[in-house]
Amino acid sequence: MTLALAGVGYRYAGSRRPSLLDIDLELRDGTVVGVVGASESGKTTLCLVASGLAPRTVGGQVRGRITLDGEDVDAWPMHRLSERIGIGFANPATQLSQVAATVFEEVAFGPMNLAVERGEVIERSWSALDTLGIAELAERDPRRLSGGQQQLVAMAGLLAMRPQHLILDEPTAQLDPAGTRLVGDAIARLAADGASILVTEQKTDLLAAIASEVLALSDGRVALRGPAHDVLRDPALAELGVAEPSTVRLGRLLGAAGVASARYEAALHD
Amino acid sequence: MTDLAVEGLVHVYREGSVRALDGIDLRIAAGERVALIGQNGSGKTTLVRHLNGLLRPTAGRVMVDGRNASTMTVAQLASRVGLVFQDPDRQVFAGSVRAEVEFGPRNLGRSGAELHDAVAAALDVTGLTGDEATNPYDLGMARRKLLALASVLAMRTPVLVLDEPTTGQDARGVERVRTVVKDAATDGRTVVAISHDMRFVAETFERVVVLRAGTIILDGSPDEAFAPSSWEALRSTYLEPPLSAVVGERLGLGSTPTDAHVVRALAGKP
Repeated sequence: MTLALAGVGYRYAGSRRPSLLDIDLELRDGTVVGVVGASESGKTTLCLVASGLAPRTVGGQVRGRITLDGEDVDAWPMHRLSERIGIGFANPATQLSQVAATVFEEVAFGPMNLAVERGEVIERSWSALDTLGIAELAERDPRRLSGGQQQLVAMAGLLAMRPQHLILDEPTAQLDPAGTRLVGDAIARLAADGASILVTEQKTDLLAAIASEVLALSDGRVALRGPAHDVLRDPALAELGVAEPSTVRLGRLLGAAGVASARYEAALHD
Repeated sequence: MTDLAVEGLVHVYREGSVRALDGIDLRIAAGERVALIGQNGSGKTTLVRHLNGLLRPTAGRVMVDGRNASTMTVAQLASRVGLVFQDPDRQVFAGSVRAEVEFGPRNLGRSGAELHDAVAAALDVTGLTGDEATNPYDLGMARRKLLALASVLAMRTPVLVLDEPTTGQDARGVERVRTVVKDAATDGRTVVAISHDMRFVAETFERVVVLRAGTIILDGSPDEAFAPSSWEALRSTYLEPPLSAVVGERLGLGSTPTDAHVVRALAGKP
């Protein structure tokens, strides 16, 4: 199953210039595609367009073709798309239903709305909470959690929906390093189970660990693309306002100081 | 110059009777740059919200300039301690960038050239010069966060408290925040910042305070906090030392909290 964007552009309602231009993208089963770029380069807009929220709920004008398994989704309503495509926002306050009294109910909310059978909803919800290490929060009020905990709850809700395609906009923005790693592991496992994931991140260390392909956006266009390993060590990233992964940065600084790379490389792979 | 002293601070949120802070003792001298780190939910945000009176202690006290914060009005505290929220949307409310940044200093009675200069300097350091007439909600999330920072900077409070200021920032945004912190300290202002970005912490702050479950488990310079002897404590609150510290330990370089430490230790050696 493939979610594909071909020559896609997008203009927000009332905006004079497009926020996305000429985007070609294929999200194939089992792959994680990372998206990097400076602030306001189009990452969030790409998430809105690829998930179908733009134009369906956000308004604006989309150009080009968006297809699921070759079928044009232009005429699909949001509820039909959302059975296939999950989306997670950077700000968990936007994501939470605001109607659930407990974290468990919050996580179960998504699959319940997909009319998943009750026993399976419960099983999926516990499994998602376990995966993200937050089972002990199950009885807490989701609105009374820290920002990072809320972000994990929102992510658990998405996992419980078992989407075929998942669009994640900076899913670890508010997470501590351990939470970031758990979300990274969860994304990698989803992909291993056959889902496809598009994930925007400022944390290039995380993308280096989980993405197979990386796109770098600049002014709404794809400025760089290719295998994650190559794009994430491309010196052009810095000009695009993207932080290089820690290992790349330290290696570059050592190289500039004339330190032979062999020792450093050995220490990295210890 | 403003000293901060937190003595035996306990905070219990009524809603869930969660003991978010469980006896915090912390003295911060005027002009110090202090990073607060710890896993999501360890009490970092709860602690800093006591510094400007947003939360009141369940037990213990917070002293600002030698005075008990509980006896000071919100206005008195606001002129001394500026707090920038993690989520800018809980803070930003005005119709334009200029109105947003002017609001705080106007409330403190600033006007004329003094007001103008404070606003101009805050916009400059956050990269928002030229956007004075922009509606804050036409800025992306990352720049809205820089706006929230600018609006507190313009108040020129002797203490600046930042709750995860680099979250969602691109590489240039992180550099702007770093400049804000260092400039403030150069001016003799105190900076207390919460962060999950260990590289940013090690490179920007002179003191690192580690929280776990509402208590302080480690308090020292980056050299001490990220030294191998501290890793067990860091990991007990689900933190990982920065890459440079790990590489330094593997190469037997001693404590190397930043990339610059590794480069210095290795440059010129065979």
